Amino acid sequence: MQKLTHNEYSNDEYNLHLIQTKKFKTNTVALKFARPLERDHITKRALLPFVLQKGTNEYPSEKELRLKLDELYGAKFSINSGKKGENHVITFVLDFANEKFIPEASQLVHDCLSFLYEVAMNPKSNGQAFDEKIVTKEKETLTNKIKSIVDEKMQYANMRLIDEMCEGEKYSIHAHGYLEDMDDINAENLYGTYQQMVNEDALDIFFVGDFDEGDVKPVIEDVFQFNRKPNVEVTKSEPKLPDKVETVSEKQKLQQAKLHLGYRTGITYGDPEYRSLQVFNGIFGSFPHSKLFLNVREKHSLAYYAASRIESNKGLMLVFSGIAPEKYDQAKEIIMKQHEDIKNGNITDDELEQTKKAITHQLKETIDRAGGIVEYFYQQIVSGKTEDIEDTFKEIENKTKDDVIKVANQVKLDTIYFLTAEDHGGEDNE
Amino acid sequence: MNKIEIPRINESMYHKQLENGLDVFLYPKPEVEKTFAIFSTKYGSIDQTFTPIGETEKVSVPDGIAHFLEHKMFEKEDGDVFQHFSERGASANAFTSFTQTAYLFSSTTAEEQNVETLLNFVQDPYFTEETVEKEKGIIEQEIKMYDDQADWRLFFGTIGSLYENHPVRIDIAGTVDSIYDITHEDLYTCYHTFYHPSNMSMFVIGNFDHEKMFDLIQQNQNEKNFKEPNGIDRFYGDEADTVYKSLEKIYMPVQTPKCMVAVKEKADNLAQDQLLKNDLVRDILIDLYFSKSGSYYEELYQEGLVIDKLRLELYLEESFGFSAIGGSTTKPQEFGERVKVMLLKIKDEPIDQTEFDRAKKKKYGELIREFNELEGTANTIIHYHHLGIDYREVFELLENLTLDEVNQIIDDWISEDRISICMVLPEDEQ
Repeated sequence: MQKLTHNEYSNDEYNLHLIQTKKFKTNTVALKFARPLERDHITKRALLPFVLQKGTNEYPSEKELRLKLDELYGAKFSINSGKKGENHVITFVLDFANEKFIPEASQLVHDCLSFLYEVAMNPKSNGQAFDEKIVTKEKETLTNKIKSIVDEKMQYANMRLIDEMCEGEKYSIHAHGYLEDMDDINAENLYGTYQQMVNEDALDIFFVGDFDEGDVKPVIEDVFQFNRKPNVEVTKSEPKLPDKVETVSEKQKLQQAKLHLGYRTGITYGDPEYRSLQVFNGIFGSFPHSKLFLNVREKHSLAYYAASRIESNKGLMLVFSGIAPEKYDQAKEIIMKQHEDIKNGNITDDELEQTKKAITHQLKETIDRAGGIVEYFYQQIVSGKTEDIEDTFKEIENKTKDDVIKVANQVKLDTIYFLTAEDHGGEDNE
Repeated sequence: MNKIEIPRINESMYHKQLENGLDVFLYPKPEVEKTFAIFSTKYGSIDQTFTPIGETEKVSVPDGIAHFLEHKMFEKEDGDVFQHFSERGASANAFTSFTQTAYLFSSTTAEEQNVETLLNFVQDPYFTEETVEKEKGIIEQEIKMYDDQADWRLFFGTIGSLYENHPVRIDIAGTVDSIYDITHEDLYTCYHTFYHPSNMSMFVIGNFDHEKMFDLIQQNQNEKNFKEPNGIDRFYGDEADTVYKSLEKIYMPVQTPKCMVAVKEKADNLAQDQLLKNDLVRDILIDLYFSKSGSYYEELYQEGLVIDKLRLELYLEESFGFSAIGGSTTKPQEFGERVKVMLLKIKDEPIDQTEFDRAKKKKYGELIREFNELEGTANTIIHYHHLGIDYREVFELLENLTLDEVNQIIDDWISEDRISICMVLPEDEQ
C-alpha cells in the first residue's frame, strides 16, 4: 500500500488540500463550492456551470477559452454541479500534463492555475450582470437538457423514485433545476447567484499529482487570491424512517421496464454503522457475487442488470433493475426475498468474506484515480469524519455476520417505483 | 522477455510471444495499488463468416454470437467463474466489440492467482444446451435495454447506412430473433477457431512482479495442448467505397431528436502501414473543427443546431472505417445538412501553421494523459497490436507530422458519396 499524503491548510477563505502521488502523468486541480440545497436558487446554480464555460473577460468566447486550453497542452477542463446529500456542489476541474514530460513548458502549473482563477473569478460580465446573449442561450441549453431526461430511462426512473420517496425533503430538489424557473432568470439575478457562490460558499481546493509542495504551494497562494467571506457550512441530513411502503407506477412507450426500489437506511457516512451498511449492501446487491445478481439475473434470467447502491450522505439504498414488463411481480418478490434472507441471517461465510474483500478492493481502486482521491477526501469533509484508510480496511475486515444482520433489520423499504410499457397491463396489485 | 521503452513518458514494459503464439505484455507500475489484466482475442461481432479450424468449407453463424460466447465463458460445470475472482476480492468483467472479445479483471491482492484463473477459464469452454438456453432471457433484456437508448440506435443506424454488406452493420449483441437461433455447437465452432492462443494477447499492467508473472504464464501455457493453427479465413462480403444509403431516419419515442453525420473510409486508406497516421490525422482534424475549440462547433452552437456538445467517433480497422459527428438537436434536418457541408469544405479551407501547432500541442498533452489510466493504456496498446501496429510510434509520428502531410491526407479523405446522415426522430413526426 502506497502512502497517500494529504496535507491540509485552512484559512478564512478556503481549505487547501495537497495530495502528492506518483500515480499520474498529469496534475488535477479541483475547486468545490458548496452550500445547502435551496429550492429557490437551484435552477440558477444549475445554470452557472453552463454560463461560466462560455467566456471570461480575458477569453470572451467559448472558442477562445477552449483554444487557451489547447495551448496549455490539451488541459482538460469542466465545471459540473450536483447533489452531495442535501448540499449543492459546483466543481471546477482542470487536469493538465505534468511539465516534466514537456521540457519546453516550464510555467505550466502557474499558467493552468491562472486559467482556473480567470474562469472562476472573472467571467464575462460588466461587474453587475453576465452577458445577456450568453444567458439567454444557456437557458435554452439547460431547458433542452432537462426535457431530454425522459429519454434516458434509467436516469428518469431514478429521478422519479427520489421525487416520490423524498417528497417534501430537501433531497428531492432536482440538482439540474426546473423548467418553470427559467422565465424568471436573467443576466442580473444569475450574476447575484454567482457572486454568492464565489464569495460565500464553503470552498475546498484540491491539488493532486506528482509535485514538490515547496514549489507548488506558493504558486497556488499567489494565484488564488480571492478575498472571499464564506458564511455557510455544508449540512448533514436527518435520517428518516418510512411509515409504510408506497407503490408508484408510470407508463411510457418502451421495450424494457424499470423496477426501482428505494430504502431508508438511517445511516450516513459519519455513523459508526456505516461500514456494516456497506457490507450489507455488498452482500445484497452491489457486486456480481451479490444476491440480487445471482438470483434475479443468473438463477431466474429476469434481467441483464439488477443491483443496489447506497447514498451515503442521505441514508438511502436504491435498487435498480431492467425487466420485461410482465415480470413485475416475480422480480419484486425475488428482490424483497433477498433482503428478508439477510435479515434472517441467511448469509454464507463466502458471501461475507468475498464482500469484505471486494469493498477493500473498490476503495483501493478509487484512490488509483485522481478524481477518486478528490472524492474520497471530500466525502470526509462533507460528513465531518476524518479517517485513516488503513483503519478503514481493518474496520471492514472486522465486520461480522451479526453486524450485517443488525443493519439489514434497520434498512426499511420505502417506495417501489415501476416504469412500464404503455401497451402492457402492468402490475395487478395496485 | 524483451524490454520495451516508452521514453516520452519514462516508462517501460515487457513483451514476448510464447511458443503457442500467445502474445504476452507485462507493464509493471509499482506506484499504483491495483493490477489490471486483459486476455483478448481478435474476434468480434464482425467475424460471422469464416472457415472453422481444421475444415475447408466456410460457414456463417447467427448475429450476436461473439457476444453470446463472451457471456457463456463465465459459466462452468462447477458454477460461475466470477466467484473465483470474488473470493480474492477481484472484480472480473468482459466485453465484445466489432473486432475483439476481451476478458479482464482488476485486483489489489493475489494478482498471480487471478491471472491463472483468467487464463484457465478462458481456455476451458463449457457450453451445454441447457446453459445456452438459460442465457437467452438475459441477453434479450440486454438487447431491449439498448433498444430504448436513442444514442445506441443512432450509432447503429449510422453504421447501417454506411455499410451495405459488411457485418459491422449488425448490432454487436445481435437481435432477439437471432440469439434464439444460437446453439451450443455453434459456440464450440467459434470458440475453437478464434480462441487459439496464436489469435490472442494477454496484457497485465499494475503492481506486480513481472518476472514471476511471466514464469507463471509461460508454465501455464506449456501445460496445455492446442491444435496447430492454420490461419483463419474471415469473410466480410463485397463492400463499395461509397455509402449504402445517404439518409436514414429512425422513429422512436424520444423527446429530443438526434442526428449523426458520418464519413465512410476508402479501403485504400486502411492499409496497415498508413493506418496509425491516418488515425492520428483524422483525430486531430475532427477535434480541430468539431470540439469545443473548433470553428464548426462554434457555428453550429451559435446557430442553435446543437444542444451542448457533439459526439465525435472515429473507427479505423482492417476491414472497415468511419468518422462520425453527432449530437442532440432540435433541428435534425438542418444539423445534418450543415455538418455535411462543413465536412465537404474542410479540404478547401486549409488550416494555418498556428492552428496546426496548437492542435499538435493539445494532442501531445492528451497522449500523456492516456497513460494515467491502466485500463486505457492496456486497451489501446492491444487494439493497435491486433492491427499489427506498435502504438509507441504515435509519439514520433506526432512530433514529425507536418502541415503538408496533413493537407495531403485531407485531400483523400472526404467526398460526398461517402457521407451518410442518420436521424432519430420522435414517433409522432412519422
